[in-house]
Parts: sequence; C-alpha cells; structure tokens
Amino acid sequence: MLKVDYEACTGCKVCEKVCPFAAIIVVPETKKAKVLDTCTLCGTCVNACKFEALSIERRAISEEELAKFSGVFVWGEWEKKEDSNKIKRVVLELLGKGRELAEKLGETLSVILPGYNVEHLIPELFHHGADKVYLCDHVLLEQYTTDGYATTISSVIATEKPSIVLYGATPNGRDLAPRIAARLALGLTADCTGLDINESRQLLQTRPAFGGNIMASILSPYTRPQMSSVRPNVFSKSNPDSSRTGDIVRVNVNLNRITIRTKIVEEIVSQDDSINIEEAKVLVSAGKGIGDKENLKLIEELAQELNGTVSGSRALVDLGWIPHPQQVGQSGKTVAPTLYLALGISGAIQHLVGMSASDTIISINNDPEAAIFKVSDFGIVGNMFDIVPEFIKQLKEYKRVQTEKPG
Amino acid sequence: MKIVVLVKQVPEADKVAVDPETGTLIREGITSILNPYCEYALDEAVKLKNTHPEENIEIITISMGPPQTKMALLRCLELGADKAYLLSDRKFAGSDVWATSTALKEGVVNLEPEFDLILAGKQAIDGDTAQVPAEIAEQLGVPQITYGVKVQIVDKKVEVKREIETGYQIVSARMPALVTMSKGSNIRRIPSMKEVLNARKKPLEVLTADDIGIDENKVGLKASPTQVARIFAPPEKVGGEIIDGSDHIVAAKNLLEFLIVNNYIKE
Repeated sequence: MLKVDYEACTGCKVCEKVCPFAAIIVVPETKKAKVLDTCTLCGTCVNACKFEALSIERRAISEEELAKFSGVFVWGEWEKKEDSNKIKRVVLELLGKGRELAEKLGETLSVILPGYNVEHLIPELFHHGADKVYLCDHVLLEQYTTDGYATTISSVIATEKPSIVLYGATPNGRDLAPRIAARLALGLTADCTGLDINESRQLLQTRPAFGGNIMASILSPYTRPQMSSVRPNVFSKSNPDSSRTGDIVRVNVNLNRITIRTKIVEEIVSQDDSINIEEAKVLVSAGKGIGDKENLKLIEELAQELNGTVSGSRALVDLGWIPHPQQVGQSGKTVAPTLYLALGISGAIQHLVGMSASDTIISINNDPEAAIFKVSDFGIVGNMFDIVPEFIKQLKEYKRVQTEKPG
Repeated sequence: MKIVVLVKQVPEADKVAVDPETGTLIREGITSILNPYCEYALDEAVKLKNTHPEENIEIITISMGPPQTKMALLRCLELGADKAYLLSDRKFAGSDVWATSTALKEGVVNLEPEFDLILAGKQAIDGDTAQVPAEIAEQLGVPQITYGVKVQIVDKKVEVKREIETGYQIVSARMPALVTMSKGSNIRRIPSMKEVLNARKKPLEVLTADDIGIDENKVGLKASPTQVARIFAPPEKVGGEIIDGSDHIVAAKNLLEFLIVNNYIKE
C-alpha cells in the first residue's frame, strides 16, 4: 500500500510527473498527493519525493533465513533429436550466465537433470560450467509432463535449498516454472533479458514490460530460491572446456503413474525444417506489407537464394499465412541470426524485441518512418516488389560469374 | 458442466511508449481491450457449449482488475459468456504473479467451486509472463495443459491439441483441469446487435476482497514475492544506413554490395 504523509507533502507534483502509470495526482483543492487505483506500487514516486512524504509498506526480511540458501541451479532441459536426446541450447546459454552469477556469489553451479537414460548428457553440462549434476533418472520422466517434472524438481529444490534457479523460457519451461513457483510459494520473473547480482547479493532480474516499451528490474527480496526464466538466444552460449568435470548426485525419484494426471495421446512432429527459426543463420522475414499470400513465394525464393529460412510477423500468423512456430516477436520466438531481412515489416515493438539481437539487420519498407529502420544496419525505402526480384536476378548473375571464374 | 474463463483487460500495447527524456509512459489515446489470448479461450468455451448441448454448459468469466475492467467482461458477455465476475479492490494492488494467481484462485474457489474446466489465455499481451494460469492450476491442485490450439471433451476428459516446438501433441486429462489457449479461430469477432443487447441483461458482479472472503495478507504487494526495483526506458537504438530505393535497380545493386562486403554471399 502506497501511503501519503499529509504533514510532509508539499504538493510539489514531482510524484505526478514521475509516475509511469498516472496513478498519483496532486488534488488542486488540498494541494496534497492522492493515490489512484491504477497504482502498481512500483516505487518510482517514493524514490523521487524529496520530502519523504511517500512510503510503501513492505514486509520484513529475515537475513538469517535467506542465508541458508546457496547455489545457482539450472533446469537441464533436453530434447529428442533424430532419435537421440540432446541438451537444449538454452541450457548451455543459462550455464554461461549461471557461471557468472555463481562466481559473483562465490557459490556453486548445478544442473537438475530429470529424464530417463540421460546420463550420457552429463559431460556436456560439466564442459559448459556445471560443478554438479542432480541426475533424476526415472522411466516416468522419459517424456515431459507437468506433474512428473514439477514434482521431481520441486523436491530437489526443497532439499538442496539453492539461492537461484534458472529455467529456459521454452514452451515446457513456461509450463513448468510457474507450477514449481506456486508449489513452493516463490517469486518467478519470466523472460528476463538481464540477470545480475546486486550489492546486497540479490538477483537483479531485468525484463521488458508493456511489450518492450519499458524495462523493469525486479527483485525477490523475501523468498529463496529466486527463480527466473530466460528466452533462448538472449544470452550467448558459453565456450565448452572439455577438461572440466564435476560431481554427479543420483536423486532417488519417487513417482508413480497416478500422480501424473496428463497423458500424451499422440505427438505430431512437423517435417518442415523451416519451423526451427531459432537456430537459422539467415532469416528472411515478411510482414503485413507483402499484401498478398501469393507474395510469400517471392519471400521463399529470396530465402532459398540466401540459404535462409522464412519467418514472419504476428500479422501473418493471425492471417494464417505462416504457421505460429515461424513467428518472430514477443508472442512468437526470439531469434538472433547472423542476418535478418525484414520485408514489409513496420517494426512494432513486439516484433523488435524478438529480433533486435540479430548480428545484421536489413529492411525494405516503403514507409520512411517505419520503426524497423531504427534497428536496421542497412535499410531501403522503396517498393519491395520491384527491388526483391531485381536483387534475386543480380544475385544469381553474381553467383554465376563467381562459379565461372577460373580457379 | 461449468467452464470458467479467466480473462484480463490490457492496454493496446503497441500504443504504449516511453518518453525518452522523462522515462514516463506516454498514455494519450490508449484504449483497453480484452487480451486477445483470453478471447481465444472464451471462443473455445463458446464452441464447446455449442457442440455439446447435452452437457448443458454454463460459461462463467472471472477477471481481476480496476473497475473499468467491466468493459472487458461486458465484451465476454457479448461473445457468449453467461455470467461475469470482476474482483476489484485496492487490496489487490501491486500483486505479482503469485499474488494475482492467489486472488483468482480464491475467486474460483468461492464463486464457482464446482467448475469442470478452466480456460485461460496463454499469456497477456502487456505482461507476457504466461505464468499466472499455471500458478492458479497449481494452487487449485488441478492438472494443466498449456499452449492449446483446440479443446475437445471426450468421455468426461478434456483432450487438447497443444503446440510444442517441433509440432503438436495431443494431451488428455481428467477434469477438473485448466487449459491455456495460444491460438483460436476467431479474432476480434464483432457481436451481433442481439448479442450486444442480450449481454446487458446477463449478470455482471463486481466484488471486493471482503465479498469473497480473501485474506488481505494473501494478496497485493505484501503477499508478492517479487518487487519492482526500478522502471526505465530501454536504450535508444541508432539505425545504420538508409537509402532511397526509388530506383530499384540501383537499390538492388547496393543491397548486393552490402551483402558481399559483409560476407553474407557464399557461392
């Protein structure tokens, strides 16, 4: 609850000016601040008030209790690829960041690895920085289920008492992490783009809010572990050191079929390679500006010439022109290819947050004011339907000349 | 059969911007809408109601938010919900994921304890956390299926087509259960005049924390394990070279040169 001390308030209106939500006003009649229903208790006004007239009641922290928790943990998510299991790339990215956090805290870095016959995945985790792996091997963990995984991981957390637990914000990560957070009554900050340790040894979790228009730094001051999820491609993968090794802790998993209340009846794996846009090196991305579904053929042709993959903005998914797994942006995937071509994409903030980490961004749009140009390394204001076919023609010609060159 | 649809009212996010000098939100002309994913969830509930007349389905929507959230609930009633509840109280202010899910869970337990199915959007477009529904499912002790694109009721079980990274899964669970929707077939459907008039006759109740007996120490800022330490504008990005493409042959040539120089063309 945000409280106004009427004795101290001078009606200077600083709070009114700084409030990001227009949730505090100075009433002209009384010349005192008044808090409105839209207040989110973000504390911006409290920091800005020079007269200490504003305060937020927050609950007390027991330092002693918090100090019992130690260690940075990462959920070791794996996936089936061509009939063998593979650690997900986001886990290796989290290990890089987790290593950094663990070293700042002077604590260890561990992986919780639930699965069935997944012991062979452990060396890679050590190579990427893990000190310890909690191996939870059980036949009922052969496939991901919310109940099976939440129960297994919650019990490891409850017994081992880590100070931080990190999850990849993959579909299953987003299914699992809140389930565990609710079970243990813990805070959870989703889709962090920055993680750091502050001077009070707390995990400082930064994430975009309002579709990326503002950034918020979030703390979990009262509860441990502090839990965050991070999208793939946000942090870079750590470099493996094949000489590194660590400890394996075999966890005694207690699960029975009755406790797993969902059943996977069927799994339909899409044969389309283009679906994996997160790992593509080159993405040719289309937006509403392509005008007609037929024009996707041009996009596909360009992608093929550049050895790239087709992706698109939310508008195209809503229209049903491209499938959701190929969507880039806040409600789709975060991508970071070496080359991103944006064709007919205006650059809504929700799209930009999903692709602005790409190495090189090229855009073609007929609107010179399009926001996409602000993040582009090279932009062309013009008609893509003239420029793209001409470009393909010139590119083919260039390739032909190159191959005909002697030597 | 009772289906509870949990909804949220959100600002049209792409119209929210931060003033780079003051770091405050520019709010002019921002309208609030029913979160699109919540609308998918409601549509799915209406579809189930229409395809299963034998189940005698009743659709109840519940939301938490400031008093103006009534507008989003009214839209739900226009689109086919039978009843709507709004949990609105200053005591809920500052609620994070945990405290929000606690309030909504208490709402469900107190208002519709006999629910069979809860449908929700996979995430809200303003916060994008995608975490509240799963926390509600855990707090209610029911199974969850997230990222649904189609929901069916088969032999008292709910069967969901669920999006996964490599394609789809069909997942089933006994009811009561909670399902979140990531897609639907109806986007921003315009209700008929009859539906609009009918909606105004349907019950829409605004309730406080006391009305539903929520312990005020369990909700709001004090009950929130996460706290916002700081809000700030994202760093401004500086764009690169922008050329005029009115001559498409020159533009294509420049693009090709840019790609060659930067080593993106491989034979």
